[in-house]
Amino acid sequence: MAATAFDEMNGTPDGAAPVRSAYESLRRWLDEKPGEFFDTRRSQAELFFRRVGITFAVYGDNETSERLIPFDIIPRVLTRSEWSFLERGLTQRVRALNAFLADIYGPQDCIKAGIVPGDLVYRNPHYRLEMKDVKVPHDVYVHIAGIDVVRVGENKFHVLEDNARTPSGVSYMLENREVMMRLFPELFSGHRVAPVEDYPDALLKTLRSVAPDGGGRDPVVALLTPGRYNSAYYEHSFLADKLGVELVEAGDLFVEDDVVFMRTTQGPTRVDVIYRRIDDDFLDPLVFRPDSALGVPGLMNAYRSGNVTLANAVGTGISDDKAVYTYMPEIVRFFTGEEPLLENVPTWRCREPGALSHVLANLPDLVVKEVNGSGGYGMLVGPHASRQEIEDFRRKLKHAPDNFIAQPTLSLSTCPTFVASGVAPRHVDLRPFVLSGAREVRIVPGGLTRVALKEGSLVVNSSQGGGTKDTWVLDS
Amino acid sequence: MLSRTADSLFWLSRYTERADFVARILDATIRLATLPQSYSGERNEWDSALESAGDVDLFRSLYGSANEDTVRDFLAFSPANPSSIRNCIETARENARSVRTALTGEMWDDLNCAWLELKNFDNGMGREEFSRFLDWVKRVVLAFDGSAYRTMLRSDAFWFTRLGSALERADNTARILDVKYNLLLPQTERPGGSLDYFQWTTILREVSALTAYHWVYRESIKPWLVADLLILNRQMPRSLANCYEILVRHLDLIADDYGRRGASQRMAAGMQSRLTAAKITEIFDGGLHEFVTDFLADNNKLGHAIAEQYLS
Repeated sequence: MAATAFDEMNGTPDGAAPVRSAYESLRRWLDEKPGEFFDTRRSQAELFFRRVGITFAVYGDNETSERLIPFDIIPRVLTRSEWSFLERGLTQRVRALNAFLADIYGPQDCIKAGIVPGDLVYRNPHYRLEMKDVKVPHDVYVHIAGIDVVRVGENKFHVLEDNARTPSGVSYMLENREVMMRLFPELFSGHRVAPVEDYPDALLKTLRSVAPDGGGRDPVVALLTPGRYNSAYYEHSFLADKLGVELVEAGDLFVEDDVVFMRTTQGPTRVDVIYRRIDDDFLDPLVFRPDSALGVPGLMNAYRSGNVTLANAVGTGISDDKAVYTYMPEIVRFFTGEEPLLENVPTWRCREPGALSHVLANLPDLVVKEVNGSGGYGMLVGPHASRQEIEDFRRKLKHAPDNFIAQPTLSLSTCPTFVASGVAPRHVDLRPFVLSGAREVRIVPGGLTRVALKEGSLVVNSSQGGGTKDTWVLDS
Repeated sequence: MLSRTADSLFWLSRYTERADFVARILDATIRLATLPQSYSGERNEWDSALESAGDVDLFRSLYGSANEDTVRDFLAFSPANPSSIRNCIETARENARSVRTALTGEMWDDLNCAWLELKNFDNGMGREEFSRFLDWVKRVVLAFDGSAYRTMLRSDAFWFTRLGSALERADNTARILDVKYNLLLPQTERPGGSLDYFQWTTILREVSALTAYHWVYRESIKPWLVADLLILNRQMPRSLANCYEILVRHLDLIADDYGRRGASQRMAAGMQSRLTAAKITEIFDGGLHEFVTDFLADNNKLGHAIAEQYLS
């Protein structure tokens, strides 16, 4: 299967084709430099990440509570025209996601029109009744989206997953670029790489644009983190720093008369926009999980009164649910009136009996995902699974088919990557970050390229041993 | 600034200051312990190191007797001792991690590298290697403090770090005095023997005060002058008087910036004027031990007042 994958550098799988033009000078550079050069640079890169403290925690892994995500120094390159296409497709998709959310928490036209089955929405654990008929500023729900895109051919991109809750990874996009520019300045003078450094600026503009009307006051933005034991804490502090906003924990905030304040050395300061990196369930113990120590009592009332904006909005989980995903092509058509530019991966909904029997009959060839899972946990990759794992999964699937979807194993594109034996192709995906503000959608050119470091592996998640690469959009 | 951020900066500075102090006490103790047995008298220097730098009851609950091995382990490495050097560095780094946005890159770099290197040290090392470890700790704190001083914006974030280190330093100096008060005899009493002399030069050297002593008093070591230097001399960076000068100055800067004064400004100013007015002879008349005990309690109260006013 790996043999049929499209290679980002060499194009066709048989290797007969010449190097794709965007990669030509990169290929020369790889061939010309001696092996030791790369060894030194790779260890310098690792040192850089360790010193800066760019680490993540893996849940259930007590031994090393702070680990590095492996970084590969060979960049992944997209041409400007490939990017322009992606940009249009991503903008269209995120506009549709926002319109869908405004609709299901509002008039519910798409359910009435039979586009999406009602029970899929109403019975979905991520559908938040608390949000029904709540007006959010400018109808924007998903201010920050991370859309996972895979490439399966020269001109063929699929959306693998929409991340509309609290997508992470953007700090890696920025730090990967930083370390590449430090280690290989000569590469950047020879390539016109589109900059990504203005992401924090774009994010801040986006967040400020959706602030509640504060009577001309400059809106105060804060980033809410679960705290330093969270796996993405580094990213939270990194972003707060780049945005120039306070990094707050729940204990730093309190609500009085439906207004949110933070405790400062000079007394209470009003907060207008909260870029929250904690899940819905933990936001407000009065409304959601009463046992949550991470939440701010009264926050939901302040939010529903329109005194504070939460980004992303509460209840966006319904839109990146894997069952709803399967309806995305219809959702895009219904809300934008256009044909979707980015295709979905063909998907079987196991809730439908016909699809279920097909899936059960073809388990060794399919990828089966839990509808509410994330981060590569709780999924079956048929071709790589043992007979036992397949049988275990078959039981789970029969027991609760509604909880699963299945997809063919895609031949994700590969990109040359440093591995123990030298440079070899490894499968990659791409997570661009899409920002939706009051008036415009902003996407910095590029995103986070994740790479599955194990030979033949298709699982790129950092929690499952994936690594990252710098992603270049090249102006020729 | 967030109260929690100020709190972390304050404690971060306290913990780095404490790590330095514990390292210096250990270094001094090793020197004293190299004296021949007949010179070292009845007191065990390892007991006295514990009293200055640790929680004696906690130590007793964890170890048997106080000797080089057990005290070294307790003060430098024990995860059970919140003030062990290892815990100080780890706690400081944890605090730093939670307020990274308030630190400069240099400060974070110093602490994070120290934390990464810390893993290479344990109590298995020999005396010479241990000495190098203590030097390393002192250098880490110097570098961190230097980074703060050289790179931080002069705003409330910087002022809270100064408050933390001055308050901790005053506490540490007072602890040395408290443990050694029986050696600090008033002028009228018989001066200490050669053993006291050795102990005091060692302590002075460890707090970088031996040269200062000679420079200020131009005399041989007299215990009451040692007390004068460490309590009342405003030029001496580690003296209680200088620590309070720093506390008052930075509390005033914060109050001016915020446009509001409170209990901590009043308390610090009161302490400072008492230290300015005090004479070492009067302190001895009232009893050095009583003076130090009261000071430790008041210093602690100021810590609570700062926490109440700004950090919560």
